[in-house]
Amino acid sequence: MVNSSDASSPPPHRGAHAIAGSGAAVVAEDLHVVRGGAAVLDGLSLAVPSGMIVGLLGPSGSGKTTLMRSIVGAQVVKSGRIEVLGRPAGSRELRRRVGYVTQQASVYDDLTVRQNISYFRRVLGAPAGDADRVIDRTDLRPVADRLVGSLSGGQRGRVSLAAALLGSPELLVLDEPTVGLDPVLRVDLWGMFRNLADEGTTLLVSSHVMDEAKRCDRLLLMRDGALLADDTVQGVLEVTGTDDVETAFLRLIDRGEPDLRSLDDEQSGAHGRHEEEPR
Amino acid sequence: MTPARTLATTGRVLGQIRHDHRTIALLLVVPSLLIGLVAWIFVDTDVFADIGPAMIALFPFIVMFLVTSIATLRERRSGTLERLLAMPLGKGDFILGYALAFGLLAVAQTAIVVSFAVWVCGLEIEGSIWLLFAVAVADALLGTALGLLASAFARTEFQVVQFMPLIVFPQILLGGIFIPRDQLPAGLEEISDWLPLSYAIDALQAVAADSESTEWIMVRILAIAAWIVGSIVVGSITLRRRTP
Repeated sequence: MVNSSDASSPPPHRGAHAIAGSGAAVVAEDLHVVRGGAAVLDGLSLAVPSGMIVGLLGPSGSGKTTLMRSIVGAQVVKSGRIEVLGRPAGSRELRRRVGYVTQQASVYDDLTVRQNISYFRRVLGAPAGDADRVIDRTDLRPVADRLVGSLSGGQRGRVSLAAALLGSPELLVLDEPTVGLDPVLRVDLWGMFRNLADEGTTLLVSSHVMDEAKRCDRLLLMRDGALLADDTVQGVLEVTGTDDVETAFLRLIDRGEPDLRSLDDEQSGAHGRHEEEPR
Repeated sequence: MTPARTLATTGRVLGQIRHDHRTIALLLVVPSLLIGLVAWIFVDTDVFADIGPAMIALFPFIVMFLVTSIATLRERRSGTLERLLAMPLGKGDFILGYALAFGLLAVAQTAIVVSFAVWVCGLEIEGSIWLLFAVAVADALLGTALGLLASAFARTEFQVVQFMPLIVFPQILLGGIFIPRDQLPAGLEEISDWLPLSYAIDALQAVAADSESTEWIMVRILAIAAWIVGSIVVGSITLRRRTP
């Protein structure tokens, strides 16, 4: 796997990365994004393997949202390649195969939960029963006929999530879905993510809370638009010799060298992995 | 672009407004109140007979411009537009969906204004009342279409409100309400010939006085329609799935 800080890596590395990404839901290579005159992503390369929960962790301003926007095709990209489910990011066909939840709940406050969901369902062209399915899945049935503007922040976030679940997308890109939630709801939500992954959905979940790393199958640790780590939770902790991700993050910064071990390295027996077998 | 998605968007926009009773009341009642006020100001003169038709053009045009531009700006700012454009919604579905929803409101608003002006304020219409209604609806739709276009160039609510003086006021000043258009200084008259509101005011005054043929009026309506289509097309081009 290439060292992401080296934007001009020679072709052999890229080749290796392409193999690592062969079963991947998302492959990014040498991605450059400029926002407001500043380089937000500067030669980022990574792969998100299919059927797993991949945590995208990093402090605020590290480029997580920009990366997610690039994956769903909402971001103007200066250079580099991103492939999502085998297609260039932003392809027309991907618009129904990828679900995206922005950080801020992007739903209509002046419509009820059900009206919101059924509008997005029609836009997607999903079957009629899908609205009830996602409302139940996100536990919104008790408030289904209330205006979204009258709900709590956590409930509004779930409406936004429910809309993204419509049509059962193969890839879910969730930008800080648990921010501001009480611990009980947060655990529930991670339980739901786990169920979705068990059903074969790939989830890319961002967070700035390092604690949440433990619930992911793999981690992408980001800082200043570059990767600090692309590894399993176990792997990151082993490499840095700690037992919490926050300290691991700090040690990786001190070390000055990222921990980039693609899925293939790992399968060749480099080190153990999280409880779930990757598909 | 598909009819199902366009209509779903229209239904959604109308659903949003349906929950906002005060906005509905303001939309439907305010233009009539203003017409009534003008009629009252000029109660003992024949000024209202002269400017009344132009007033029918003015108030729905301004109200629809403001409401539409703010509604679409809100959609850009709340992240829902980004979500919709990451879904299989055509840009045309979005813009036309809005245009249809506000167009329907414009029809309702215009029906009330025209009825109020004619039957309550006693505005005398020599020509066909249906033709008057047709011009007034085209004019309100023009406000909607220009509002959609303006919102594409505004990033904040402050900016979009400033677009009203920029886009709407010159059209009012040059539209023939203050001075008949043929008495404008050279240069300004030519400019006013190109502004869509001028066509609406000309047509409404002609219907009121029954001074021109139906064909002459239809040409004015077509000119307004061309502006509406043009604004909607340019508005949908300015929608970007990818943003910096």
